[in-house]
Amino acid sequence: MVKIGVLALQGAVREHIHSIEASGAKAKTVKGVDDLALVDGLILPGGESTAMRKLIDRFEMLGPLRQFAADGKPMFGTCAGLILLAKELVGYDYSHIGVLDATVERNSFGRQVDSFETDLHIKGVALDFPGVFVRAPHIVRVGENVEILATYEDRIVMARQGHLLGCSFHPELTEDHRIMSYFIEMVKESLANKVYL
Amino acid sequence: MTINLTGTDRVKRGMAEMQKGGVIMDVINAEQARIAQDAGAVAVMALERVPSDIRAAGGVARMADPYIMEEVMGAVTIPVMAKARIGHITEARILEAMGVDYIDESEVLTPADEEYHLRKSEFTVPFVCGCKDLGEAARRIGEGASMLRTKGEPGTGNIVEAVRHLRKVNAQVRKIVHMSEDELMTEAKILGAPYDVLLQIKHAGKLPVVNFAAGGVATPADAALMMELGADGVFVGSGIFKSENPEKFAKAIVEATTHFRDYKLLVEISKDLGIPMKGIEISHLSAEDRMQDRGW
Repeated sequence: MVKIGVLALQGAVREHIHSIEASGAKAKTVKGVDDLALVDGLILPGGESTAMRKLIDRFEMLGPLRQFAADGKPMFGTCAGLILLAKELVGYDYSHIGVLDATVERNSFGRQVDSFETDLHIKGVALDFPGVFVRAPHIVRVGENVEILATYEDRIVMARQGHLLGCSFHPELTEDHRIMSYFIEMVKESLANKVYL
Repeated sequence: MTINLTGTDRVKRGMAEMQKGGVIMDVINAEQARIAQDAGAVAVMALERVPSDIRAAGGVARMADPYIMEEVMGAVTIPVMAKARIGHITEARILEAMGVDYIDESEVLTPADEEYHLRKSEFTVPFVCGCKDLGEAARRIGEGASMLRTKGEPGTGNIVEAVRHLRKVNAQVRKIVHMSEDELMTEAKILGAPYDVLLQIKHAGKLPVVNFAAGGVATPADAALMMELGADGVFVGSGIFKSENPEKFAKAIVEATTHFRDYKLLVEISKDLGIPMKGIEISHLSAEDRMQDRGW
């Protein structure tokens, strides 16, 4: 059975753990570098990206997280997790893990009173996925190797680049596990490919 | 045509879910807000005075000047919360119109209504409310609170009341979860709690909203203790900016909240922080100075 980690520095950790287990995979919280070696794929949950980054730096996880991506192990970021994955952030001269070839704008739908729910068409996943957007970012630009999986009012809200997956919204706040199943398939594929290397 | 719904329970409660495992810090200006954000706070509470100064000042404590909220909202990218008086519909509407991300209907301010709390379900902005037992928690959820915090005793730097309230709420939740459904209506009557909220708790096995700890956290060990006792995160009011070295205390409390069971790490985190805020022994507070007894 594949083992999926959830970066557990802060944020919606238990919802992702629940979703992984409901989708038939093993879940593990990842609090430090040692935990990273034990998982086949990693979820970067929703939360506050600035708070998570401070803790990533304090516990020297930035290099190991970048290595995890460089090793071809799948990563999936939701909301704050998408911000952590992006190579460029609008209004900032730095990025965080910086592996997903995309430019992301933070809080781009407004403040909390503008947070909303809407149904999304997600390519290869669902025609009617419940999208929960909470102070959400969106993807302003993607590189040529990045496939756009969902848009909302002409804004990119979900994209995939090989083994990297990111979305603006929070599938973990719903009981719909189709995106999680999709990510688990990505992890299974990466393990199958490793056999041939 | 896609439908876009704002102010739903899911986006209001979901915002609090994203704060879990984090620290929300009281700040009174842009400079303090930046220190909080740099230390890794998940949100800030913009106030005119921190609770210990509200105690010292006496008189009527009200919603802060909107200028302070605007200054703080302009200084940081993390969510900004603000306090309205219990039952003060108009203060809450003013804060909502300003675009603050969360409103605390707070006993730290002087109540505007000694009978009724806000009907929070009517607002688009989400609310956090204080509680010291499950009856109070369930009534606030029934009114539409999207997040709870155990009250503790604000502005004292003394963790004892925060411990009492968190233990009590969690023990009462466990009792509901293990109770027969036959017994639930009578329990609702005893607690003064809405029956349907208790039924939700029984079915979910937990409170339907996030519950942080508040009111007395002064050290990293205090924050870790509240996480150990089952808090989803912590509010720190006076504990940071009334300590000798706010930057160090803020960072240390954030780190301790994440790694609350890594005791060797907590040794390092707790070292050489300087002097924490001065505490108050609870028995030295007169009845009218106990903020926790405000709220109904």
